[in-house]
Amino acid sequence: MTDLLWLVIALPLAGAFVLHFFGRYLREPLSGWLATGAIAAAFVVSAVAAVPFFQGGDVEAEQIAIWEWMPAIGANFELQWDPLSALMALVVTGVGSLIHLFAIGYMHGDERFHRFFTYLNLFAASMLTLVLAGNYGMLFVGWELVGLCSYLLVGFWYTRPTAAAAAKKAFVVNRIGDFGFLIGLMVVFATFGTMSYTGIFERVGSELTTGAATAIGLLFLVGAAGKSAQVPLYVWLPDAMEGPTPVSALIHAATMVTAGVYVVARSAPIYAEAPIASGAVAVIGAITAIWAASIAIAQSDIKRVLAYSTVSQLGYMFMGVGATAYVAGVFHLMTHAFFKALLFLGAGSVIHAMSDEQDMHKMGGLRRRMPVTAATMGIATLAIAGIPPLAGFWSKDEILGSLFERGGMYAALWIVGLVTALMTAFYMARQWVLVFWGEPRWEEGVEPHESPRVMTLPLIVLAVLSIVAGFVNTPLRFTLEHFLEPAFEGVSLQHPPEGWGMFLLLAGLSTLAGVAGVAAAWLAYNRPPQAWRRFQDGFGRLWTAWENAYWVDDLYATTIVGPGRRGAELAAFQVDAGGIDGAVNGVGWLFQRVGQSLRGLQTGYVRNYGAGFAAGLLVVAIWLVARGI
Amino acid sequence: MTDWYMILAAVLFLIGAMGILLRRNALVMFMCVELMLNAVNLTLLSAGRALNDLDGQVATLFVLVVAAAEVVIGLAIIVSIFRQRDTASVDALSELKG
Repeated sequence: MTDLLWLVIALPLAGAFVLHFFGRYLREPLSGWLATGAIAAAFVVSAVAAVPFFQGGDVEAEQIAIWEWMPAIGANFELQWDPLSALMALVVTGVGSLIHLFAIGYMHGDERFHRFFTYLNLFAASMLTLVLAGNYGMLFVGWELVGLCSYLLVGFWYTRPTAAAAAKKAFVVNRIGDFGFLIGLMVVFATFGTMSYTGIFERVGSELTTGAATAIGLLFLVGAAGKSAQVPLYVWLPDAMEGPTPVSALIHAATMVTAGVYVVARSAPIYAEAPIASGAVAVIGAITAIWAASIAIAQSDIKRVLAYSTVSQLGYMFMGVGATAYVAGVFHLMTHAFFKALLFLGAGSVIHAMSDEQDMHKMGGLRRRMPVTAATMGIATLAIAGIPPLAGFWSKDEILGSLFERGGMYAALWIVGLVTALMTAFYMARQWVLVFWGEPRWEEGVEPHESPRVMTLPLIVLAVLSIVAGFVNTPLRFTLEHFLEPAFEGVSLQHPPEGWGMFLLLAGLSTLAGVAGVAAAWLAYNRPPQAWRRFQDGFGRLWTAWENAYWVDDLYATTIVGPGRRGAELAAFQVDAGGIDGAVNGVGWLFQRVGQSLRGLQTGYVRNYGAGFAAGLLVVAIWLVARGI
Repeated sequence: MTDWYMILAAVLFLIGAMGILLRRNALVMFMCVELMLNAVNLTLLSAGRALNDLDGQVATLFVLVVAAAEVVIGLAIIVSIFRQRDTASVDALSELKG
């Protein structure tokens, strides 16, 4: 069945091509259905191809060669088919299909409807290239392509200056990360002489020094921090919310931003040789998690809350994979894809209903008007808050448990994770209460309505997944663990502590954090606006700091962007215009002046030329005579 | 004996060159060119005679042939200029000045 695996990439790619050239004639909604069909078909193909992994037993990872690209460096188009890439492909195509479906309703009436689906399909193909790549070279191709698609989709409404600026910011910040990643790839090639996963991982133990492993691990972390929006490169993600909401759900919550986590998990054998790099991943994750969670508390834009929440949850995944609990990290990646996609789509549904209003202060009481959105978003909120038995509880708890069991520095990270869990529960419940409860605070003339079925159906499916997805890996039955094990062969995985006592203690603590957060938000925000304004004022300057995201954007503007701009202006207007252009223009000016002064010699009178000729002849003759012929 | 021929040739050449430099009439300048060519021919012949070598005569024949061809083209140009401008003065033809 894996012979046809290339279809997983080819189907959405073909969809993108067809829509690019003929989308104009297909119009709405046919082009949307075509795109949805393409990615749904890719889901079916990858599901069928993954059947052997589900059946269990001894299943070997497969490398399927498609065609030779750069065989000298081991970078060919070959697909890696093991449980890890299978899981990623299923998440990308599965969640992707639902989001495509949702977008048919959400993008209704947009004049570039077909173009939107062209980009969505192109993104799906790029992301699948990334996760199915059999070597780092092809992975990097996918890595850059998803960055391009992110740029195109964030700036989809490019006539808005903010959207154009956000797209540029996302692209430029990602460049910084990609720079580190590319150097990491060069170190990989310099060390192993190949880029192929199999070629590298079977020689990791014998040929990789700790120094090289640490260098590779840290450089990969730079790349992953860019793509997965970790401190200090996370600033592009909140701005990326300028894109249409399905884009935020697909690219900036469920799939692309998890690429960094995937790369770390995929490079597990390298990180196994580099405990320092591994620790750095976990620390960066922990800092990001609590940093972004605190910012999310004070945001008033419905999508910005979710954006910072995504950054924070990605921090969780980094903590997981950094503590070598790869299964826990990937598990959280999967459950997060479900409930965060649901939250974004729900937010999209709300924004759609509120006539493009995104300020939560102007919402409220929407549960009566949009019951399906309210209920599904409520489920997702509880899931991300870590309330058992929803999906987020199991995956988050496995990460926290693994951190606790690892001990030492990681125990400190466990506390950070626990505090973050409390904050997460608070800001998510705050959002839900602000949007759906209390009295309506709508602007004049806004008449909210429940979204059409094409939008609510994906919400319901994702809500079901947000409830049940956690059960694939519980202390009762580590199904996902056994599923993923072949992909992490030879790598020692960190597990949560064994035994029911410890499990109940840790789970109890994180559940307590979740319940406390939700309860606090409920008490603080299910009241009239004056009351919760007073509550917010109680935090004083801290709240202002959160509201302004710790002024990090301003900090970057003055320390990096400003000097960079001034440097560029110096180079453009002084060095280039004055120095380089000056030199070129100066040479031209010089010859012009010389020519101007010499042009008088050309009189046009034959006798003058004749006189010159005769004089020259005379000189030559005299010279000849003088030297005695 | 040869010296006198050489001096005559030099004088003829100088007359021709001066004519080129001082006269304005294209036709006269053309005749001066012919004068210079023939001065050179005279030099070649006398030198050949003095050295008892036929090369001088051979070269002279070449010069005669080339001069004949040159006369044909040069006169044609002068005639066509005269038809267009009603003058044969070379100073009227100074369009190519800088």
